[in-house]
Order: sequence, then C-alpha cells, then structure tokens
Amino acid sequence: MSVLVWVEHDNASVKDATLAAVTAAGQLGEVHVLVAGKGAAAVADEAGRIAGVAKVLLADDAAYAHALAENVAPLIAGLMAGYDAFLAPATSHGKNIAPRVAALLDVAQISDILSVESADTFTRPIYAGNAIATVQSSDAKKVITVRGTAFGKADTTGGSAAVEAVTGAGDAGLSSFVGAEIATSERPELTAAKIIVSGGRALGSEEQFHAVIDPLADKLGAAVGASRAAVDAGYAPNDYQVGQTGKIVAPEVYVAIGISGAIQHLAGMKDSKTIIAINKDEDAPIFQVADIGLVGDLFKIVPELTEKL
Amino acid sequence: MKILVPVKRVLDYNVKPRVKADGTGVDLANVKMSMNPFDEIAVEEAIRLREKGVATEVIVVSIGVPKAQDTLRTALAMGADRAILITAEGEVEPLAVAKLLKAVADEEQPGLVILGKQAIDDDSNQTGQMLAALTGWGQGTFASKVEVTGETVAVTREVDGGSETVSLKIPAIVTTDLRLNEPRYASLPNIMKAKSKPLANKTPADYGVDVAPRLATLKVSEPPVRSAGIKVADVDELVAKLKAMGVAA
Repeated sequence: MSVLVWVEHDNASVKDATLAAVTAAGQLGEVHVLVAGKGAAAVADEAGRIAGVAKVLLADDAAYAHALAENVAPLIAGLMAGYDAFLAPATSHGKNIAPRVAALLDVAQISDILSVESADTFTRPIYAGNAIATVQSSDAKKVITVRGTAFGKADTTGGSAAVEAVTGAGDAGLSSFVGAEIATSERPELTAAKIIVSGGRALGSEEQFHAVIDPLADKLGAAVGASRAAVDAGYAPNDYQVGQTGKIVAPEVYVAIGISGAIQHLAGMKDSKTIIAINKDEDAPIFQVADIGLVGDLFKIVPELTEKL
Repeated sequence: MKILVPVKRVLDYNVKPRVKADGTGVDLANVKMSMNPFDEIAVEEAIRLREKGVATEVIVVSIGVPKAQDTLRTALAMGADRAILITAEGEVEPLAVAKLLKAVADEEQPGLVILGKQAIDDDSNQTGQMLAALTGWGQGTFASKVEVTGETVAVTREVDGGSETVSLKIPAIVTTDLRLNEPRYASLPNIMKAKSKPLANKTPADYGVDVAPRLATLKVSEPPVRSAGIKVADVDELVAKLKAMGVAA
C-alpha cells in the first residue's frame, strides 16, 4: 500500500503533529509526504530527513502558501491517483483540508484515528472520547486524520528521501488569505509540552488567571491551558482551550487548577501520564481521574506551591 | 440572500453517554436528545444576519429520524423561517449528509450555508468541508466571526495558536466554533408560533442520493478507565511528590 501524508508547516519548518501522522502512515505502507507551500524548499528537505519517509512531493506555489483548503484539496485529490491512502494530522488545518479531499474522491473520511488495526480498520473516539469505535472502511482509497497524542512521533533524522516537484491547478479563485493573529509565547506549545498547567473557572477573572497560573507554569517550564468554562468566561484565549472542542493533549504531567472536570474537558486531557488536581471541592469529578489530588483554596495553594518548587 | 442551516439531533451534551453492553453503540433509548450545540450557534448566526438585513430567509434542514422534527421546531422557535426534514433511519454518514445538502442547496440557491463545525455524537468534523467540495464553494471553517460585505464574506477562524481571517466569494460555506455567538433561548410565544411555520417532509430518494454507509462500525467499547489516585494533605507533600517524579528539582 502507498500512503500520502500532508505535511503541516509554516513554510519554514515541519510542525510536530506531522510526525505522528507519519508514524500512523508507516503502519499502512510506504510513506510519501506532500509539502504544499510557497518558498517551502527547506521544509521539503526537512521532511525528507524524517525517518520512514520514502519520497517528498513539493508543490511550490503562492496559492498554497496559507494551506487554503480550496486550493490544496484539489492538488491532493489529483495526486491520490497514485496512492491508496491519504493521512493528515488532526490539527485545525488538517481537519479543514482532509474532508474536502475525501469528498472530491467520493470516500468517507475516518477522523481522528487512535490506532491502525489493519489496512482498512481503525479505532477512533466518539462522544468526546466516552466511547471508542472500531470502524472498517469499504472505500478503495482511505482518507484519514490522525490524533497526534495516539501515535509516537517519527524521528526527525534518519531519512534521506528525494524531493520531487509536483504541480496542481493552483488558485481555485474561491478564497483568499487576509491575515493571521498567532499568539507568540516563550512557553512551549500546548500539544507539544511535557508539562501543562491548566486553569478553570474557579480562577474568577482574567487577571487572577494570569497572576496564579502563569508563575507556576514559568517555574515548571510548562505550557498554559484552560478549561472551556474559563475560555467562555473570557479568562483565557481560545487557543488555550483543552477539551473535546479545544486541543487534545497528553503531556507527562497535567496540573488542573480550579477545574471541576467536565466530560468535555476530560476528553482532552485524560491520556496525560500523570494528572495533578487542585480544587476546593473534594467531590469534583477531576479527582476521579487525578493521580495526585489536593483539596483546598487554589489562591493559597498555588502561590505556595510556586514558591516552594 | 437565503441562508441554509443544517441541524442535527444528538444526545444532549449534559447526558453522559453509556456504551451498550453488546458493544453495538451508545444507548440512545429514553435519554434526552437536543440540537447539536454547534448547530444552535449556526442557527443564531443566520438569524442575526437576517436581523441585520444581510439575509432574507433562514431555512433549516435536518436529516435523521422522524423525531428530528423536534430539533427543527426548536430552530423555528429561535427564529428560522421554514424547515425541511429529510427522514432517514439509521446512521447517515457525513459524506451522504453532504450529498443531500448539496441537493437542497441546488434547489434553494442559498448565499451561505452555516453549519456546526462538528456534531458532538460522532465528532467527525467533516460535513461542512465535504459540502464545500461538492458545491465547489469556498469554506470558512471553525468561525469566530462572520462579516458579509457585498459579494464576499470575511470569516475569522479559530486555528491552532490563534486565529486567521479568510475572504470567500459568496456563495460560501461557514462552520461555527464556540465563540461565534451565544444562541438565544426561544420564548414561549415563539415556540407556539413555530408550530405553524412550514416544514417540508422529504426522503433521500426525493433527492436521488444513496445514503448507504461506507464505514462499518465493528464495535463500540468503553475507553480505558483511569482510576483515582491519592490525595495529599498539603503543599509540602505535593512538592515532595513532584520532586520524586523528577518534575521539580
């Protein structure tokens, strides 16, 4: 079986989420990757060094600079004549592009896979991870998105794949990129962080959220996350959100502060290796999944913890 | 300009899903069902665009069991103008839903189709993007802001690490993220009024769409359970644990 993987990148370097998709693809067959971008030759070289990648396709065109699905999906659908499966990381860009590819190919997509059971059978979470479905595809070609936390990351060295230039139709004339506001932070990215300190609605305000959570995160070299309740209340920006409707994370250590543990939040973090919960309500559901729990007032506990670490 | 809003009847988001003992799926018997929360946001956005004078009519459509009529009535009570129910038993996959919606869009010629970004039952996050492919329209997925100006719509999208804005030619597809708006509650008078708003009954055969599934669900199981750990008494004990784990020096 031959598999094409869409490489997520910013025209400068390969995004980590791609590496898990390469691992999943390697369980299906020979892995080729597609770098679609503008001025992305360095990305293609980097992708060629990923262990397990046999070939890199590079489509360099201004139309592909911002990963617009209207332009990228037809390019991929065209290339799929030579492949049996298409995989993309289940990131916001991957989730935007892959279903458009699937519909162009007239196949059902299998979203967010957790495992490859066989060439046509996969597991995936449904109901916010409260159930795991094993699904078998009857389509000749598979279109799949891959949950990054469910697969190991392919090594970024060891490969020596050749880069081949490909072309597509370019600009479909349906959409244009206006601009982006990407938060820049000294802290690690949520989905790549080894430690995450996450705050909930109990923080009470945006000011208190930052005053309590940020120093502890900085002390631990951790990324900062938030529950949907905290995001909805405006205490933290949306890209901090961990949960069914936010990011899915699985760090070594997840520190949940003032988070009750709603189903939708647990769906995003329950695969973390160690969960630490600090909450004043000893009956909060978060304690049912926490490895270490501390009941008490977070406004006293967290500053004390930050100081003693 | 008409706006088409597909809505799905799903297990209420407050209900904890229970996997059936025989592993065939999640138990939906005698549990509360509601409109998919992202679809509520889509209905709200469409009504706001009509209230602003951007849209002239909001048409809601649902594909599902006859009971999905209740979900459509909820959307009508919120303020949608009329409804289409396409009755289909069993699970209809996103690709088949997108094909049905394409057929409805061909008939209705909407300027925008606004959908929820994902349904909270199958968590697929596919239908809007698939409909965009089938119609050949632009797609503004995971929208936190939608602004129509003449023949284009600017959609601000929630993306990893922040947001980005794309400009799309109308007609276009928009899928909603949580922060786009806060859906209104239907008032009692509007709930009464919704009962007399038009609702057309259709079947997939009316649109000539084959809804046979492409994926077979072999098994549905409980996720691995995490067991509760220990509770520590104070910060010092927590610090000691963290040090033992190598998290803190």
